[in-house]
Parts: sequence; C-alpha cells; structure tokens
Amino acid sequence: MTPKHHFKHVQAPLDKSALKDLKSGDRVLLSGTIYTLRDAGHKRLLELLEQGEAPPFPLENAVIYYVGPSPAVGDRAIGSAGPTTSSRMDPYTPQLIVQGLSGMIGKGYRDHCVVDAMKEYGAVYFAATGGAGALLSKTILESKVLAWEDLGPEALRQLVVKDMPLTVIIDTDGRDLYLEGPRTWRESHGILDPSLGNEAECPTL
Amino acid sequence: MRTISGEAVTQAVKQLFLSACRMPEHGALAAIESAHKKETSAPAKEALRQLVENARIARQTGMPYCQDTGMAVVFVELGQDVRIEGSLPEAIQEGVRRAYEEGYFRKSVRDPLTGQNTGDNTPAVIHYDVVPGDKLRIFAAPKGFGSENMSRIAMLRPADGISGARKFVIETAQKAGPNACPPLVIGVGIGGTFDQVALAAKRALTRDVGVPHADPFYAKLEEEWLLEINRLGVGPQGMGGRTTALSLAIEALPTHIAGLPVACNINCHVARHMREVL
Repeated sequence: MTPKHHFKHVQAPLDKSALKDLKSGDRVLLSGTIYTLRDAGHKRLLELLEQGEAPPFPLENAVIYYVGPSPAVGDRAIGSAGPTTSSRMDPYTPQLIVQGLSGMIGKGYRDHCVVDAMKEYGAVYFAATGGAGALLSKTILESKVLAWEDLGPEALRQLVVKDMPLTVIIDTDGRDLYLEGPRTWRESHGILDPSLGNEAECPTL
Repeated sequence: MRTISGEAVTQAVKQLFLSACRMPEHGALAAIESAHKKETSAPAKEALRQLVENARIARQTGMPYCQDTGMAVVFVELGQDVRIEGSLPEAIQEGVRRAYEEGYFRKSVRDPLTGQNTGDNTPAVIHYDVVPGDKLRIFAAPKGFGSENMSRIAMLRPADGISGARKFVIETAQKAGPNACPPLVIGVGIGGTFDQVALAAKRALTRDVGVPHADPFYAKLEEEWLLEINRLGVGPQGMGGRTTALSLAIEALPTHIAGLPVACNINCHVARHMREVL
C-alpha cells in the first residue's frame, strides 16, 4: 500500500495558479467537479464554440475526464469508469486549452500540438490507471448528464469526485513521464536504447 | 448424433461474458500480483497495486473490471456429431445481447461511419471451426479497443526471417506504449495469408497467460521476445518500469514461399477470456 501522504491533494476546478506546483511524475488525489467528454462530445463542443455559443459548462479552469462509463447499477452514481485513450481527443484539445481548460485526465500519448498549447496557456495532463474502472468508479460520488444524452456513454457528464488517484504525466514545462519514465528505467538498468537490430544494411561487396 | 438446444448455448454464452467482464484472466491476475512485488519504480508499483485492488472491487461489486467491455469475440469449436436446435449464430448473438444488458455493460458497437449504435453490443465476432467429436466448445473473449487500436500487421519478406518478425513485434509493443493499458498481453500470428495471420494473432490471445507454446522452437521465441519487450522500460501504464508485458504467445501457420505475414494483436493486462464445453 502506498501511504496517502505521498499524494498531493488537488481541487477541481483547477486554478491556473496551482498548475506550477504539479510536476510530471507527481501522484495526486483529485477532488471536486470535473466533466466527462469523449470523441463525439468534443466534436459537438467545438462546433458550439465555433458558432460563438456558450459551452454547456465553464471552460475556465475546467478539468475534463476522457471516459465513457458503463451504466450505473442500483444506487451507485456511475458504473465502471476508467480512462479512455487521450490521443483521439488531440485534434480538439489545443482550442479548449486556449479557452481556459486547466486539466485533462486520460491515458496514453498526446501530440506536440497539445503539449505546446499546455506550455503556452497553462494546463496539465493527468493519467488515471487504464483498466481500473471499478476502482475509479468508487471515487465518483455524483454524476449527472449536462448535455448530449443521445450520445449514450459519450454524453457530457458533470462528476463530483473525491480523492481520485491520478499521476501527472505532462506538466506546464512540457515534461512527459511517458518519455522520461521508460528512459530513466532503461538508464538505471544499463540499457541505453531499445536496440531492435535488423536495420537494412548493404551487403559487403 | 447429440443434440444441444439453442437456449443452452445462449445461457452458456451469457454466463461466459458476464464472468469474463468482471474479472481478469486467472493467469494474468497472478502475473500482475507477482509484477507488483518485483516493481521498484513508485508510479509503476502504485499502478499495479490499483489493478489488483480493481480486480477485488470488480469481484465484490459485480461491476465490470473495465468500462470498455469490448466487442464480443467468440471462438466456437463445433463437434461434427453435434446438432444444434435452432440457429447456432443467433443463439450466440442472443447470449451476448443478454449478458451486456443484464450485466450493465457498455454497448460499444456502432456503424463504422454513421456512428449509429446497434444498442445491444451485437453483432458478436464469431469464428467457427468444425472438429471431430460430439462436444461444443465455446470460448468468449470481450476485446477492448484501447489495445485493439495498437495492433499491427505486416507482410514481411522471407529474407526478413526471424529477426524481422522479432523487430516488428517489439516495435509494436513499444509503439503501443501507455495507450494499450500495459502490462500488455501479446498475441503474435506468423504465416498463413493476410486474413489468416490476423486471426492467428487473435487466437494466440486465447491461450492462458503464462502457458508456453507446445513446440519448444516457438516456446523459446516467445520467451526471448518477451524478455526483450521487458527491456524497453515502458512499464506498467507506460510510466517506466520492468513489466511492459505479462506474456507473449505465438501461433504459426504454413505460408507461401514468397511471403512472411506477421500480425501482432495487443491485449491489455486484463486479458479477459472464459471457456465452456457443452
């Protein structure tokens, strides 16, 4: 068990002034109000913004969780609710960061356009443990559909979370745990570069 | 001739998916627990701890282990001395339909371009084999797309040989990185035709985690490639560490003298699958 004092406590909405204290590799417990959005929801949100209409939730300091939960059973707030692959949202994300988005929760790589926007406008990228849907569900106290119910699991939801366990992957300096973590591990084991061999070599003539 | 009712098939399929979506494959969970003890980097160790805890919560609450309960993949081995009352394909589809409804599982199947959801997670992806005997073997494997999306296929040249296949597989694991929810379970198909090799890779994933190939030649390759993948340092959840993959299984098929098809089907750590014999 990891003692809880190894985690930083973070509140959502996530104030821009709090971002500089969040460093790549930090483990955090997130509490407060966040919003769920996946591919189809992002598309609709961007369409609204392009038409100059107000978004269904305040983007300033907002944290978005990339998740398509399973249906809730009984009196639970939500079903299984682990992160989905973030890179599918990359085309939409820089625009949302410009509009005030402070944090994203997902899993997997982000492209350099997202990272550049994070550095310039201030935003952090957290990972939740991919696959840990039942565990993460228990940290979600309330869930309500705000818009686009027709999208089913992809609808826009407002969640109230308590002590959701996350890791800071990319911080406002652009440092990326997905690059540094594996590199550090390889270096500490004397493996400098993944050698795949079999590079095309010309035969000796 | 032995007769099995369609309803018996439906019930079996339903139970298999209800169980498979709520727990990791037995060998995978044991491998995750063992990896948790050995992992030294803090974020990686914490991620593995959460996966073990997640399995416990899913078992206790009946909630699916992961919200992506996948597309329903079914391998069927139909004994040629068995007669199914009613339609076998429809009996299987109905089992999937009932499992995803009764289990409160996510319905993730849609038209690829219009986006229209089918509403009940059908159609299941069913592969049939006719075999000797009077048994019906059903193998259920819900397949999530975080990992499916990181799978790859290549038509290599015979000259690329073992080292070319090895390079392709290791590159695939590295590119999958954090996207496919590592530690990974990797299925490799080698040989056959373009269509067969992808299915061989999927079939390789039906082998229980930790069970080696029956042929020592392929068992040795599996061991070597897994070792190399675990030198990439990708680690649990891609945050750096010693456990990038839990297992690697190869299925080889005879192929044409002019080709060397290789497919790498990536599965996440949960490697959900269940089997039943009727």
